[in-house]
Amino acid sequence: MHVEPLQDRNVSELSAYYYVDIPDYPETGWDKFKQVMKRTFKGELFVGLWVVLREMIKFDIHTVKYPLEKLPIGPRYRAVHKLLRLWESGFERCIGCGLCEKICISDCIRMDTRIDENSRKEVTEYSINLGRCIFCGYCAEVCPELAIVHGERYENGSEQRAHFVIKDDMLTPLDWLTSGQQQEYPGFGAITPNESVKSTPLAY
Amino acid sequence: MNEITITIDGKTVHTQEGEYILNAARANGIFIPAICYLTRCSPTLACRICLVEADGKQVYACNAKAKMGMEINTSTKTIEEEKRAIMEVYDVNHPLECGVCDQSGECELQNYTLEIGVDSQHYSIADTHKPAQDWGLIHYDPALCIMCERCITVCKDMIGDAALSTVARGSEAIEAVFKEEMPKDAYAMWNKLNKSLISPNAGDTLDCTNCGECTSVCPVGALVSSDYQYTSNAWEHTQVPATCAHCSAGCQISYDTKHTSIGNTDEKIYRVKNEWNYVSLCGAGRYGYDFQNSGVTKDANAFEAAIATFGKADTIRFTSTITNEEALILQRLKEKMGLKLINHEARHFKNFLNSYSTISGQSLYSGTLKAVHESDFVVSIGSALKTDNPNARFAMNNALSMNKGAGLYFHPINDPVIADMSKNVTQFNHAPLMEEAALYLMLDLFGDKTAMPSTVVQYLAGFHSTKTVIVEEMVDEKVTEAVVKMVLNEESGIEEEVSEEVTKTVKKKVSKEVEVDVNRLFDLVNAPAGFSDTLTKYLAKKETFSLMVGPDLYTHPHAHNCARLVALIEKYTAFGVTMIPNLANTLGVALICDLDESEGNMSIGYNTAGDFTLSALGGGDLDMPALNQQEGTLTSIDKRVNPTNAALSYGGYTLNDIASGLGIVSSLTIDYTAKLPVKSGFKAVDFDCLPNHYTNAGEEVRGYVLDTVNINCDDEKVDVIDEDGALKGSLVYLADPVLQFSEFTNKSHQLHQEAGVYASASFVEAKGLSEGESVVVKTPQGELILAIHIDSKINGDIAYLPTFESKINSKALFDGYRFNTATLERV
Repeated sequence: MHVEPLQDRNVSELSAYYYVDIPDYPETGWDKFKQVMKRTFKGELFVGLWVVLREMIKFDIHTVKYPLEKLPIGPRYRAVHKLLRLWESGFERCIGCGLCEKICISDCIRMDTRIDENSRKEVTEYSINLGRCIFCGYCAEVCPELAIVHGERYENGSEQRAHFVIKDDMLTPLDWLTSGQQQEYPGFGAITPNESVKSTPLAY
Repeated sequence: MNEITITIDGKTVHTQEGEYILNAARANGIFIPAICYLTRCSPTLACRICLVEADGKQVYACNAKAKMGMEINTSTKTIEEEKRAIMEVYDVNHPLECGVCDQSGECELQNYTLEIGVDSQHYSIADTHKPAQDWGLIHYDPALCIMCERCITVCKDMIGDAALSTVARGSEAIEAVFKEEMPKDAYAMWNKLNKSLISPNAGDTLDCTNCGECTSVCPVGALVSSDYQYTSNAWEHTQVPATCAHCSAGCQISYDTKHTSIGNTDEKIYRVKNEWNYVSLCGAGRYGYDFQNSGVTKDANAFEAAIATFGKADTIRFTSTITNEEALILQRLKEKMGLKLINHEARHFKNFLNSYSTISGQSLYSGTLKAVHESDFVVSIGSALKTDNPNARFAMNNALSMNKGAGLYFHPINDPVIADMSKNVTQFNHAPLMEEAALYLMLDLFGDKTAMPSTVVQYLAGFHSTKTVIVEEMVDEKVTEAVVKMVLNEESGIEEEVSEEVTKTVKKKVSKEVEVDVNRLFDLVNAPAGFSDTLTKYLAKKETFSLMVGPDLYTHPHAHNCARLVALIEKYTAFGVTMIPNLANTLGVALICDLDESEGNMSIGYNTAGDFTLSALGGGDLDMPALNQQEGTLTSIDKRVNPTNAALSYGGYTLNDIASGLGIVSSLTIDYTAKLPVKSGFKAVDFDCLPNHYTNAGEEVRGYVLDTVNINCDDEKVDVIDEDGALKGSLVYLADPVLQFSEFTNKSHQLHQEAGVYASASFVEAKGLSEGESVVVKTPQGELILAIHIDSKINGDIAYLPTFESKINSKALFDGYRFNTATLERV
């Protein structure tokens, strides 16, 4: 138990933030005009224009025409996470052990758990704050059930960069599982779906 | 006890003679693994892993006592083999559910398995099916249980419920081959483990006072709180060191907090933990943690109204569930604005303390609960011990079971929990208002008659008379009689009759006239027949004596006299006296505030009713923070000023804001910690300098202990007993059921219950009532219509009314004293 954090009594809402040194915005029309003039005739504009012109006349362009064309990505590419299901039963693989939450170095994973009707630990909600995630892959590496893996979806465009990835977005839909669309990642010890996959025989 | 020196692994260690080797090692930072041992309880010898070599002999460190000059070696080849085998056995068939287990890494099985380095398994046995069991607040998963029996030990030696015991596991026998191969102790431990499981004595579910200490001591995830199950991992919690806010025991606890959920980032308390080796919690402390005043924002209008009301009001009514700092703010407000401070419960206690001081010359009583733990003769007078202060009950039980102690319990209500503590405990279910007789009896039985005031000695002598009684005794008597035998005459070869004299011892009943002493005080306290003989038996080899007195005395019509009698007992007997303050901070309030007897016309209520209410319970005119939302200090029964920290944030105004608005300016409430009145025994120490922990040696490093101040005392005159004053007939008592102390406990989701009037099963049956039926309780002061509830933890025919429900104004039915005559009829 540490009491040090409890002894910091500066609990105002702004305590975690501080102001950076930005000059005041121009307020009057004259000030605004002065700022425009100062910026225009400083010559910075022409530096940029020159770079564009120089590259254009070289005619040596390697640009991939994204989004019309996309580069292939490796199977170990670490993009947005997925939560997988068990092949034999369709149950969620995640047991809610919380190791991903613990190991996450940017502290962006959270889960809510509870005891369900069958006395099993149920993960009711799971989220990754993609605004903080650095896609290091520790969560996938630590997962004892191969439940969380990185997928290939790297397009996270949204109105808010820090939007949450919620459990429903990540979990393999059941119809995907039946149609064999859930991908496994060889090398992690994952089973490949085939006829040999059977329900676990429970002794009791 | 003498200090001795022993050597553990070459390190010289100072300890007390008779201390267990394990405790000596722990106190000196030497690690000896131990799973089943609990400090303050008897050694169980279930795990056998604390093996050490003492003077060349293999012993168990948990039950071998240190002797002068002992040479102890914690590691030898055979010991290491035993330890390794023991841990392997513990891992046999233990489910690999660590990922979801609620112990989540705080697991002693996991720790020791890694510590000993178990990387392969040599033993096996067929597993048995052991389904999980739901015991109400507690969940038991036998599959995870390693049979260390700590739950059984703590329940018996510390708590006193003895609600758990072992039952047959129904497992196959261990293969014979292992007996040959295995180290001896490991086999013995496995053999025992393989035969038993934990089970409640009452059958399918627990019949106990629900303290939950068994879940606390469980080294694995076998016993957990049902409410906590699978909601969180231990490592996610922020542990906030605090002091329990419910009763005067002031137990050290930690609030384990975490965000509520993904969608709600507000901190939430998930559970309460305790240092179970040194402090035991009751169920209210463990489960009654979510009493916070949540969702409060700064309501400027209500604040303005509060400031304005303080200008108009002339009285503040408050309860003792506040911190010392808040009490000091109230006192400052009184001094500045001339307000009256009304807190009857604390005022009664303060008066009692003052009356006590007039004889003892000390501002505070001498005893502590720790002293009770260490004594071997414990007496309780005037307290429903298990509900007034559960820790006092644990202390009494611990003293009775660990120190081979004996106890006397004076209370009008018969308590089966007290009876079950030990066979060496006698209950005196005297009539209410006869507490003085109990105190005089203490003086009579234990007082130093040569030193006591002569008037008291004479008065006590007046209770004694001699009576000649005829006692029937069995006496051995020698009887000589002639026996005729047939003897073979060797000469003639014929059998002849020969007469022979034989002496025999025969038991014979003899009537004898004996003069016996008759003590009329025994009748006044309703002593069981033959008590004087029982007492002689109790007192054999007793050395340390403790007396606990409780709230029944503080509101007693002759409280002043009771207090002076208590002081006389402390002065002229070997007893150390501990007073049980009613609520969390009654002692602090009594020492800090000048309390008034009568209130004015317009009152401000703080956590209690008033014309304008400040309330930490919510629903008042202005919200205040609850005790788990504010930092400050609380004064405990042990006369200790304990710090508590804010576990949850609070967004509203505090009492300090109001005081600042009224001109008593201070930036933080805890600025008052160093300003607490030194003349009452407080110390000028800053809040942030107050520690709150226990050391490995079990030393309590929490806050500071109040100084006892010398006070001028007067004569030692005490009043006589009003022998005809006993309350008779149908009675009602003011107390709370187990797990409840105040509205705060009832606010917590695990303890919330519908209040009513409580009575024993036999009483309810005799009245022809049934559980939940509405009854009208009528006393000379008023009446209430309530549902009747059966309390299985009391006997006799005195019903009681609770204080934990603000909707039931049960105090209005009493005239100060906790007992009253009452009728209880079906509506």
